[in-house]
Amino acid sequence: MSRTIDDVVSPTQTNTIPADISGQMLDLDEDDDFEVFSKDSTLADGSMFNASMQTSPGSMVNQCKFEEDEDGDSKDIFITVDNPESHVTAIETFITYRVLTKTTRSEFDNSEYEVRRRYQDFHWLKGKLEEAHSTLIVHPLPEKFVVKGMVERFNGDFIETRRKALHKFLNRIADHPILSCSEDFKVFLSAQAWELTTYKKQGPGFLSRMGETVRAVANSVRGVKNRPEEFTAIQEYVEDFSNKISSLDKVTQRIVKEQKEYLEELKEYGPTYTLWSGSEEELAEQLKGVAGCIERCCQETEEQVGHLSDTLVPVLHEYVLCAETLKAVLRRRDNIQAEFEAKNEALATKKVDRDALKVEIDKLEDRVEWANNALKGDWVRWQRSMRGDLKSAFLSTAEKNVDYYEKCLAVWETFLLSQRTEPSEETDRDNTS
Amino acid sequence: MVEIEKGTSLLRKMEISVAEAEKRTGKNTVNMQEIYTVYLIETRPVDALTEGITPDSLWRRYSEFELLRNYLLVTYPFVVVAPLPEKRAEIVWHKLSADNMDPDFVERRRVGLENFLLRVASHPVLCNDNIFYIFLTEVRNHLLIFNLSVFFLQADSRLKAVNAAFRVKNPDGRFTELKHYSDELQTVLSQLLRVRARVADRLYGVYKVHGNYGRVFSEWSAIEKEMGDGLQSAGHHMDAYAASVDDILEEEEHYADQLKEYLFYTDALRAVCRKHELTQFELEMVALDLACKKQQKEELVTGTVRTFSLKGMTSKLFGQETAEQREAKLQVLEQQLEEGEEAVKEKNTESDEFVKTAWVDIERFKDQKDRDLKEALISYAVMQISMCKKGIQVWTNAKECFNKM
Repeated sequence: MSRTIDDVVSPTQTNTIPADISGQMLDLDEDDDFEVFSKDSTLADGSMFNASMQTSPGSMVNQCKFEEDEDGDSKDIFITVDNPESHVTAIETFITYRVLTKTTRSEFDNSEYEVRRRYQDFHWLKGKLEEAHSTLIVHPLPEKFVVKGMVERFNGDFIETRRKALHKFLNRIADHPILSCSEDFKVFLSAQAWELTTYKKQGPGFLSRMGETVRAVANSVRGVKNRPEEFTAIQEYVEDFSNKISSLDKVTQRIVKEQKEYLEELKEYGPTYTLWSGSEEELAEQLKGVAGCIERCCQETEEQVGHLSDTLVPVLHEYVLCAETLKAVLRRRDNIQAEFEAKNEALATKKVDRDALKVEIDKLEDRVEWANNALKGDWVRWQRSMRGDLKSAFLSTAEKNVDYYEKCLAVWETFLLSQRTEPSEETDRDNTS
Repeated sequence: MVEIEKGTSLLRKMEISVAEAEKRTGKNTVNMQEIYTVYLIETRPVDALTEGITPDSLWRRYSEFELLRNYLLVTYPFVVVAPLPEKRAEIVWHKLSADNMDPDFVERRRVGLENFLLRVASHPVLCNDNIFYIFLTEVRNHLLIFNLSVFFLQADSRLKAVNAAFRVKNPDGRFTELKHYSDELQTVLSQLLRVRARVADRLYGVYKVHGNYGRVFSEWSAIEKEMGDGLQSAGHHMDAYAASVDDILEEEEHYADQLKEYLFYTDALRAVCRKHELTQFELEMVALDLACKKQQKEELVTGTVRTFSLKGMTSKLFGQETAEQREAKLQVLEQQLEEGEEAVKEKNTESDEFVKTAWVDIERFKDQKDRDLKEALISYAVMQISMCKKGIQVWTNAKECFNKM
């Protein structure tokens, strides 16, 4: 049974709502593991942990630093999501994906794991991570349902798109210094199907989760009073970013649509030249040549559209979802602060057990500071990721477009070369217009 | 655009161009106000010494060109007469250009009319036509053309009426083949032009949507720090990309016009074939008539009635003819036979002449067509290459900008 920081700091409290702290703690039974990691207990800048936490033996977060550089060298978990398979039961049909993990981290018993997971499981994982780290930015999952109507859940392209998104989701978590240390994450990667089912049933019950939700709603209604300026700035940015990225998503999808329609017409164009060549003698060769060029350009266009659909469209869509995630994270941060503020006000006004309340308020204040720091750190990290992802996607698109035009250029130049035998003199002579 | 035979006598003497287009208002035949376009025909003697001298010029409207062309069609039926540009914009890629008053349409028509005049001026036979010369140079004599043309037009329309009814027994195989070819060419060029217009429409859509990238990148760059510059400049390149399609498609329109000219040429080809059929038909009619008369003479001489005839019937009913009556009839027949022989000889010569001269011009036309269309296809490839090069440039620039993000 996992225990929260609250249990450590104030063991008198029993029915606590899980606090929003980074990193769940391991069972204290597994003391051995801690020794391996505790030597690495220095905290980088932008630390989100307060002093009391540093000494708590149960906290696993010590060794998870917020490092600035996350190059391949420091990567010690490699995950692939592949091999979608369809499962049919009496009740339903669903797809599972193979999740293959290779890791050198010692909190894992083995260095390799192969499990099968369905979308529901990913969704559960995301929920758990957000619950435990409410102000960290968790990379979005692909959508549960596709609203577009015509897409079937078991359509090949849809499955492939989803698979790639799930792959990215897990890898982003693996790259995250704090999220990757999550117990839920470890279980997700390593447990067999029945083990996972059992594990899922643990954790705070439905009622306590309900309580959390009620509180959150109450807090959001109350609103936060003294939001730090930087978070307001972030919120404004997120609002704008959300609009821009949605626009880009729409524009790109429109380009794909137009390009596909262009391709359809182009496919009819080439054959017309071939048809014409059937009526001609002198011109037949040349007409067939032109038809051939158009056909090759068709192939290149098809490839280009495919690339756009595979590379740019999914990334933009991901960041549309990211924007929503960010909004949710900001809301949760606000709620934490609102809760603190409410209790603080109560201290001044209500006739209650002041000592107990004071202890609670201190805890909440810590919570707020912790949440803010978590968010601030992750915000920087997210911005860097975002820049990297979008830059890479747009670069790739531009490169592909250059490649596309270069290939078409070669096609037409080859054709022109084959024509420029005798006609070249005549063109030079009569080139007046 | 047009490979002009600089060798004809007319073009050696003068430069011809359709320099401008203007709008005029006037009263039409039913006394209603109308707006029409007139085109300025300029001619200038080809002479190094006369450089800088203002050319002679006169204004003509599209319908006058039509009259000239009809005149040429009727007067030189063995010639494949160059077509005029479209009266109305029909196969267009963008709905805007369908308006006759649209400046782009007017401009393209101006070029087409100039092309027509140059085609006629470079034709070995047509270039010597006096009416053509008058059309180019004399303002006052346009009424002369009008009257002449009306006359010929009426003659031609009578002939055209006959076309509908007759069937030729022994057409020259080459003309039948030519008619099939012109039908095929018309079908395939129509289809090609239609598909090309649709392709152009779609290409326009693709390029223009990229303009939205320009706008959004620009707005987005305002909220970013490190990415701002890269995004902003990338946005400019997206705008440039979107704008580039206008020039690309305008160039392609020239290519489409070249194809259209040959699409309209198929009418001229068919006209020559029809004229052949007509002469052939007339020859066959005359030959048939001669054969009939020969038959009648034979019957008269031998006294036998081989075929049923009204004369035979009436003579049966009302008695045989006298020897004098028969002699008189024979005389008439002999005369008719002589005339008939003459007519057949004439028609034969006419037909042979026509076939000979027509086929010379058809060969000339075929060579011209092969040359022109070869050039057109090459220029189309050049256009595609230019479009690709522009694309490479824009996206390479955009890539540089994205790199700076």
